[in-house]
Amino acid sequence: MKNAVKAGFPIFIGYIPPAMAFGVLAKTCSITLFECFLFSAAVFAGASQFIALNLLMTGMGTAGIILTTLLVNFRHFLMSAYLSTRIDKLAKKYLALLAFGVTDEVFSVLSFQKGQLSKSFILIVQFSAYSAWVGGSVAGFILGGFLPELLTKSMGVALYSLLLAIILPEVKKSFKTALLVITSGVLNAVLIKLGFLPDGWTIIVCILVISCAGAFFITENPHQEKSL
Amino acid sequence: MNNIIPIILGMAAVTYLPRLLPFLILSNRTVHKRLDVFLKCIPAAAIGALIIPGVLSATPDMPMAALGGMIFTLFFGLWRGGIIIPVLGSVAVTYLILLGMI
Repeated sequence: MKNAVKAGFPIFIGYIPPAMAFGVLAKTCSITLFECFLFSAAVFAGASQFIALNLLMTGMGTAGIILTTLLVNFRHFLMSAYLSTRIDKLAKKYLALLAFGVTDEVFSVLSFQKGQLSKSFILIVQFSAYSAWVGGSVAGFILGGFLPELLTKSMGVALYSLLLAIILPEVKKSFKTALLVITSGVLNAVLIKLGFLPDGWTIIVCILVISCAGAFFITENPHQEKSL
Repeated sequence: MNNIIPIILGMAAVTYLPRLLPFLILSNRTVHKRLDVFLKCIPAAAIGALIIPGVLSATPDMPMAALGGMIFTLFFGLWRGGIIIPVLGSVAVTYLILLGMI
């Protein structure tokens, strides 16, 4: 319980600034407060919400926006596939609820916890993320950007440093993990530079290619419970 | 801009389904050893691709600021570990660089 709160807290902190930015941007797109709330409460997927606002402003139709969202968020399919191997038996009745909160950061935090993931642990981490995201969006809409601009910008780095801080202890322990992280990042940078894949798909290609390479090259039987 | 509720609900559906399906497909079966290794590689591969090169656009006017914050996280994380200090510290370092104080 205490560990779950501790695990969820950095996500809470990290989600407030982008959530507020979403609220501020939504208001300038002449979206109502309720619609802004519904966006964050029902979709709960950062990048795709910003993209949707941009597409709305360019006048793209409903089908195009929904299709783009599917492409951008499809990486969560792979993240849920991994988490399904880690979930406690007792949590299996609640899959429909637990699946809703699989964001990049929730997935990353959960991945590197020890042992099977219990229902309450997952829900506490997800609620930390969700409350910050929905609360931040509404606050941003109502209050506008009341934090100094430079501070808000600096807080943008928090989500990335969170991911780095999560993976570092594993990188220290295992050369294979370090290799997976670095090759995947380099491949992603190359794919984005080449620019022929739509938003969100460079990450999917990286996960598929690098994990396949991992499955091919990593031969010893990983009876460990955790990820590599 | 009057048909935004259906857009939101459609987006919610296409975001939720990919998050849900793997749980329904995989959670009650034992997977083949190779698939298991594949799945276990996903978190590290995902985190690598989520950080690089995205972090450079965290502070778009001055990518070095975000990079400076990440360097703090890297060294502090390798030295002492933990999450809260590396994260808050990276924000502080980034802020100081943007202010021109570092």
